[in-house]
Amino acid sequence: MSELKTPPTTRAGKAADYLDQRTGVGNAVKFFARKVFPDHWSFFLGEIALYSFVTLLISGVFLTLFFVPSMAETHYEGPWPSMNGVEMSEAFASTLRLSFEVRGGLLMRQIHHWAALIFMASIVVHMFRVFFTGAFRKPRELNWLVGFVLLILGLAAGFSGYSLPDDVLSGNGLRITDGVVKAIPIIGSYMSYFVFGGEFPGTDLIPRLFTVHILLVPGLILALIGLHLFLMVMHKHTQYPGSGRTNTNVVGYPALPAYAGKLLFNLFVVFGVIALMAATMQINPVWNYGPYDPSPVSAGAQPDWYMLFLEGSLRLMPGQTEIMLGSYTLSLNVLIPAMVVPGILFTLLGAYPFIESFATGDKSEHHVLDRPRNRPFRTAFGVSLLVAFAILVLAGSNDLIATHFHLSINDITWVFRVLLFLGPWIAFVVTKRICLGLQRKDRELVLHGHETGRIVRYASGEYIEVHKPLDAHERWLRVQHEPIRPLEIEPAEDSRGVRRKGYRADRLRQRLSQVFYEDRVEPVTPAELAAAHAAHGHDDHALEGAHGAPAQVGAGVGAPASETAADERNH
Amino acid sequence: MSTPHDSQELSVTGDGTPPARFENPGLHEHKPRQADVDPRVAKRVERQVLTLLTLSILGTVAVVWAYFALPPGETVGSMRLSNLVLGLGLAVCLLGIGIGGNYYIKLLMSNREYVEERHPTASSDETREIAVQMLKDGAEDSGLTRRGAIIGAGVTALALFPLSILVPLIGNVGEDWNVRKFKHTMWKKGTRLATDPTGRPIKASDVTIGDVWHVIPEGLNDLHEGKLDEKAKAVVLLVRLDPRDLKSDQSPEGETWSHDGIVAYSKICTHVGCPVALYEQQTHHLLCPCHQSTFDVADSCKVVFGPAKRPLPQLPITVDDEGYLVAQGDFAEPIGPSFWERATK
Repeated sequence: MSELKTPPTTRAGKAADYLDQRTGVGNAVKFFARKVFPDHWSFFLGEIALYSFVTLLISGVFLTLFFVPSMAETHYEGPWPSMNGVEMSEAFASTLRLSFEVRGGLLMRQIHHWAALIFMASIVVHMFRVFFTGAFRKPRELNWLVGFVLLILGLAAGFSGYSLPDDVLSGNGLRITDGVVKAIPIIGSYMSYFVFGGEFPGTDLIPRLFTVHILLVPGLILALIGLHLFLMVMHKHTQYPGSGRTNTNVVGYPALPAYAGKLLFNLFVVFGVIALMAATMQINPVWNYGPYDPSPVSAGAQPDWYMLFLEGSLRLMPGQTEIMLGSYTLSLNVLIPAMVVPGILFTLLGAYPFIESFATGDKSEHHVLDRPRNRPFRTAFGVSLLVAFAILVLAGSNDLIATHFHLSINDITWVFRVLLFLGPWIAFVVTKRICLGLQRKDRELVLHGHETGRIVRYASGEYIEVHKPLDAHERWLRVQHEPIRPLEIEPAEDSRGVRRKGYRADRLRQRLSQVFYEDRVEPVTPAELAAAHAAHGHDDHALEGAHGAPAQVGAGVGAPASETAADERNH
Repeated sequence: MSTPHDSQELSVTGDGTPPARFENPGLHEHKPRQADVDPRVAKRVERQVLTLLTLSILGTVAVVWAYFALPPGETVGSMRLSNLVLGLGLAVCLLGIGIGGNYYIKLLMSNREYVEERHPTASSDETREIAVQMLKDGAEDSGLTRRGAIIGAGVTALALFPLSILVPLIGNVGEDWNVRKFKHTMWKKGTRLATDPTGRPIKASDVTIGDVWHVIPEGLNDLHEGKLDEKAKAVVLLVRLDPRDLKSDQSPEGETWSHDGIVAYSKICTHVGCPVALYEQQTHHLLCPCHQSTFDVADSCKVVFGPAKRPLPQLPITVDDEGYLVAQGDFAEPIGPSFWERATK
């Protein structure tokens, strides 16, 4: 069975033969080597997340070799004079040692921190690319959920890592966490003990967070990244609409050599850019903050950007909402901003593919992406989620806004309180209008062509502007999408007047579908284009016939007449 | 370029009407790049790629050189220099490879697009039938379908098994689970108020009007265990107001918790526990820098703005025979953020 017709003669051939006889690697090569991947700059966003994670792993391994995850008390002695003799935890002391004494240690710390910020940012941007282009539709809903869990895990990784140096800023962050945990009804106090191993801050937390940060969370992230990529390969990547791209094909570059090459070199680009940032931009200089002490705190302290929305949410909530249930305290002033608000935002984001498919009633697979304008409700919904998030982020910086712009912090807080409710609605309405406007613009272009700037005067004195029709490729981009209409359901009663089972559920679905698709602009059909051209035919006839040769005004003199068509709108 | 009048989309169907949808015009024609047709351009790109790769090699050399030649040293300057040179070297080494490689792919590697067919994700009906049959056969072979009791007991055993790990884990993880500790601090009757962080006791006569003192209980610094735990609950902010400005404090009828305009309040915010440390002398307002809860020191530390609900608890103080400020006892209520059992006995 293993006898080949032509035994390998070269060294590489022999090595390949050895490997293939033991692993069947030939099958994998056959499957992957020339597999086609569509290409677009926005597909790079997820890659940035992947490569910043690789950067995190590499720099993280470096850091673990020198960091001491312990809250035992020690007195610092080392090259940093302002901390000499200061009482601090082993964790903080080893962070100082990493920064000042380990050669390249500071660079690795800064690479790790910048990579974490970019990791979260690229996850969010990648997620919204997927959202706005509808890449989450069947069959990719489950992969959307995998990505969503990765987002949550990314937050957990960032939070647990930020707290490890045990400096005064991260310590205060943990204290806020303790306050939030204690607000949980009934079990809050016990949850606090669960996390801190007794009272805050205790001596257990840093070692526990260390295990979470370097083992549990990255292990889960790695496993889920594997699943995420496996599903991506299995489904084959989505592609943007365009000439030659259909729901049943993939157009792009083969894995070998172009796509694999890009994958490899993009890793170096991402790592390189992060290294450049770490070389030139200082981040988290804990030696200026000092070790954790429950007493001091500095004004203007900010968590990492991905935690700012929680901070802003906490800041906006009025305190009057803490209530007493008999002799028990229910801190709605903490629970609502720290759990309910993010809970709503994240649930809407995670569940959106399922909500949309329920409203659309569409059971087919989608491999061609949507242009965001062609899904006005989805685009507007996504933008309003982002606006809510942005308002919370800004609210988390309200003290900096106050000091930089010399405004009253109370006024700013009130403005954000109102904006949190109004902003998303305004954003929704405006975005939806913009989408519908862009769709109308597409229709105009397809029906009437591009404005050429050439003004033509008829012998009768009538002026028209000459329009240049779209070529087949340009037109296809603007007419390729399926028009989606609100669902139609069967009536409540059948022909004999008997009430139908399941009518109420159908009605709900129809209402939701109307919210999604009532306002719409449909793509131009060939019949409509033919009708528009029929009108033009009249113009052309008029242009060449009765009125005689037209006088030309403006630019574009001498363009061949066959490329242009007059537009009826100018009459 | 064709006029719309003769393009295929407007071709009519059999019965003389236009089709319902446009048709996909098919792939764009492949256009060669400059480097594909002009060997001089290709040669130039080759040289550029070679330069980038050479830069990368030099970057690595720079990192190794800087490792030995530029230790972080004793000063901020030397530390920054070491970081900068190591980082720039690493960046050049990585970007040289990354940009050089991508540049080569973009300009010299074949950029002809390929088309591959997609197949439906779902398995075929035939496969499904076989799969279902296999599952049925498996269930049959297991013999469990006829033995409900074993299934029931097996599921129960499996469901309970994690408890054998979780109970010891959860049992230990919260130490003694005595959450009543939240309600007490180390302040006792007669504990002197001392400055934070030195621990020096404070005489009432040393505190002048408008002063703010960061206070810890005397003896805190001598604790060997749980010092930070105690400090996290016991820190106090001491303010001396003109007694005429002091509208109210939290002392019950017939008692005085302040001393000659000196009041002491817990420094731990009743919102989520940040130290409330920004005092504004003119308005007597205390501001929490984390979430901007604002408390009025002249009026029982009531909340005047922000996300906190309850006033900061007051530490009852007086002076001892030697004129030092001392506590009359512990806080009357738990300090810091709210929790479920806060107001219970």
